[in-house]
Amino acid sequence: MAGGYKYFEAIEKHAGLLGILTAIMVSIGGLAEITPMFMEAHKVQPADGVKPYDPLRLAGRDIYVREGCYLCHSQMIRALRFETQRYGHYSVASESVYDRPFQWGSKRTGPDLARIGGKYSDDWQRLHLQDPRKVAPDSNMPGYPWLEKTPLDASDIQARMRVLRMLGDPYSDADIASAPEALKDKNELDALVAYLQGLGVKNEPASMTAASPASDGGTP
Amino acid sequence: MPNTETYNDHVVRLFLLASAVWGIIGMLVGMYAAAELAWPALNFDIPWLTFSRIRPDHTFGVIFAFGGSALMGTCYYVVQRTGHTRLALNKLANFTFWGWQLACVLAMATMPFGITQSKEYAEPEWFVDLLVAVVWVAFGAVFFATLARRRIRHIYVANWYYGAFIIAVGLLHIVNNIAIPVSLFKSYQVYSGTVDAMVQWWYGHNAVAFFLTAGFLGMMYYFVPRQAQQPLWSYRFSIVNFWALISVYMWAGSHHLMYTALPDWVQSVGMAFSLILLMPSWGSAANGLLTFNGSWHRLKDDPAAKFMVLALVFYAAATFEGSMMAIKTVNSLSHYTDWTIAHVHSGSLGWVAMITIGSLYAMAPRALGQPAMYSRRGMEVHFWLHLSGTLLYVLAMWWAGVTEGMMWRATQPDGSLTYSFLDSLIAIKPLYALRWFGGVLIWLGMWVMAWNLWYTAADARAHLIKPIPVPIPEPDSDQTPAPLPAQG
Ligand code: HEC
Ligand code: HEM
Ligand code: HEM
Repeated sequence: MAGGYKYFEAIEKHAGLLGILTAIMVSIGGLAEITPMFMEAHKVQPADGVKPYDPLRLAGRDIYVREGCYLCHSQMIRALRFETQRYGHYSVASESVYDRPFQWGSKRTGPDLARIGGKYSDDWQRLHLQDPRKVAPDSNMPGYPWLEKTPLDASDIQARMRVLRMLGDPYSDADIASAPEALKDKNELDALVAYLQGLGVKNEPASMTAASPASDGGTP
Repeated sequence: MPNTETYNDHVVRLFLLASAVWGIIGMLVGMYAAAELAWPALNFDIPWLTFSRIRPDHTFGVIFAFGGSALMGTCYYVVQRTGHTRLALNKLANFTFWGWQLACVLAMATMPFGITQSKEYAEPEWFVDLLVAVVWVAFGAVFFATLARRRIRHIYVANWYYGAFIIAVGLLHIVNNIAIPVSLFKSYQVYSGTVDAMVQWWYGHNAVAFFLTAGFLGMMYYFVPRQAQQPLWSYRFSIVNFWALISVYMWAGSHHLMYTALPDWVQSVGMAFSLILLMPSWGSAANGLLTFNGSWHRLKDDPAAKFMVLALVFYAAATFEGSMMAIKTVNSLSHYTDWTIAHVHSGSLGWVAMITIGSLYAMAPRALGQPAMYSRRGMEVHFWLHLSGTLLYVLAMWWAGVTEGMMWRATQPDGSLTYSFLDSLIAIKPLYALRWFGGVLIWLGMWVMAWNLWYTAADARAHLIKPIPVPIPEPDSDQTPAPLPAQG
């Protein structure tokens, strides 16, 4: 012990050495887990039938992100029977490839929204977002009445799509050129509802719908 | 040559003040958020007052503004005292103070207006991230430059933890926040989906590890022996724990993503390392607690020591709980529920806040040129308010979390689900009210501390404080590790 400790003392007396060794030790774990994920990410990318968000849903997704809905709602159905029974087929990696940032969430003050698309009518969604207690008196979800009063800002949707294309989302020039048109005369509520109605519908790989309908829960 | 060097306690005092102010602000926001969950009418349909807009203000306010200011202030205090040297780069040190406060104000003022990346614990947009990165590098420069000019050759273990905290948080912050700006107020992450999830929880978990744990352990390793007035129970043990802690923590991030679309092997690795992590965690807690061996009587009349002991007990409890929650079957129950919130706050109110408060009470009189805090009764009152508030909070949320977990999985004999989602919310509503009340107690305690600090700082306010001279040690070619930090 006494002999070995001598080498250790070198670290205890040299700030630079201590700093470098610390940096190495803290990097190993992260590298070991994240590097393979990057490799795998490329394999996940081309999910069958999943397209990037159309302009209206993209605007809605950004509103969902801005309002912080993820703090109460998850979008990640775990592979557990009681979970798939309540919310539908468990979530798979390819469903969130276009989500920057991911919206899986970590706290469910409200129910999971990964497959909320089509569960309710557009009118229900609008009413609920204006004042949740009108449709669910015991809910503690806040109301978001300002969304309907705010027209969509079509001016930077193209800039957003261009940045996303730079990051690898396959938008064509035509997609970007026609984006402002798609947002014309829409308000933020329209966009958010469009986004919600697409969840679990528009991003679901074609093979999954064919193999196992959302209602049977798949295999946990 | 006469010794004219003095400690730079000015910047320490500034951080001390900032920490007390941010603690009150951050916890006020937490209290309001808790009230909104219990009584949603309090959202008032005002965008910037809405729960989902202010919750990031709570987490940022308590972790980075309150905790961050306390960590930077104590770090500057400790590195000077343990190295018998004045802080290096005084101007840069002042910059770290003002820069950090600016970053906190900017973040807290933009997030409620929807200017957010919506990544947990990394919500501020890119322009705040840049400022944070600059300040952080400056902080590291001041710290390591001060270490470089220390007069005690041996680097006391508290500095190791502070050093690891600085290096790791810098790395995490930069990697996790890489984004391309679209406009001043909006950017897109370079990571998406599963990769983003992994990067985010590598960050999120290690923000816990290096911000809320390693940094505060640095605080503990200096102020606990100081307050117990005897050497650390085992110095070598603290070093073994250091290497174990910093190398194991980084592996465990995936326990935040159990049963998700993350590859299975990553989940299993996360679970295994989370269990191993219990050892260095309990090692540090035991080392701190055993340091009080033989001076337990001090607890009777020193509330600062009481805060520290309770902090260590909560640290042991929260890490045990965390390791259990990282077991997949337990996590299937606890994930997404208020159990996580209970764990978070037994860690943050029990461990982080208590070790901070104890250390502030130990450091404040010395940095403010007083023999003791203005009011011992005030400290005593704060202790009981904080402890009862924390227990109320944590017990209420455990109960709520287990209730939710059980109700979500309950099935009828025919296999159908027993409860609707709303049933579980109705069942826990009273507990949300109870948690809010716990928060009120804690918040009142913070005011008692602010009042106490205000009067303790009377001399500082009147500019009567004389800087403390740095004791210059005799040259000694073979210094052995000196576990008890120097007096002063
Ligand atoms: C305080 C937490 C909270 C926040 C923040 C929140 N919600 Fe909710 N949400 C709930 C609760 C609780 C319910 C269940 C009761 C109800 O239907 O209102 C719910 C229900 C829902 C539902 C219906 C789900 C179903 O399966 O019945 C949708 C859709 C929804 N929320 C969307 C949103 C959106 C979009 C946002 C952000 C703009 C949001 N929520 C923000 C708590 C929240
Ligand atoms: C007056 C004391 C406090 C009160 C009333 C309070 C209240 C709350 C509330 C209501 C939430 C949201 C929970 C939810 O979404 O269901 C929350 C989250 C959180 N709080 Fe506090 N809090 C307090 C003190 C603290 C302190 C001192 C810290 C840290 C040092 C802290 C760290 C956190 C963190 C990290 C979260 C996020 C948890 C998660 O996402 O899982 N809190 N708090
Ligand atoms: C051995 C040590 C620890 C382990 C193994 C551990 C493990 C865990 C686990 C399994 C979760 C739940 C993840 C989920 O289901 O979503 C969690 C959440 C959390 N823990 Fe710990 N924990 C430890 C110590 C601590 C300490 C000391 C703190 C200090 C405050 C802390 C703060 C948090 C926070 C803030 C979260 C919530 C993250 C979120 O979902 O937003 N943990 N931890």
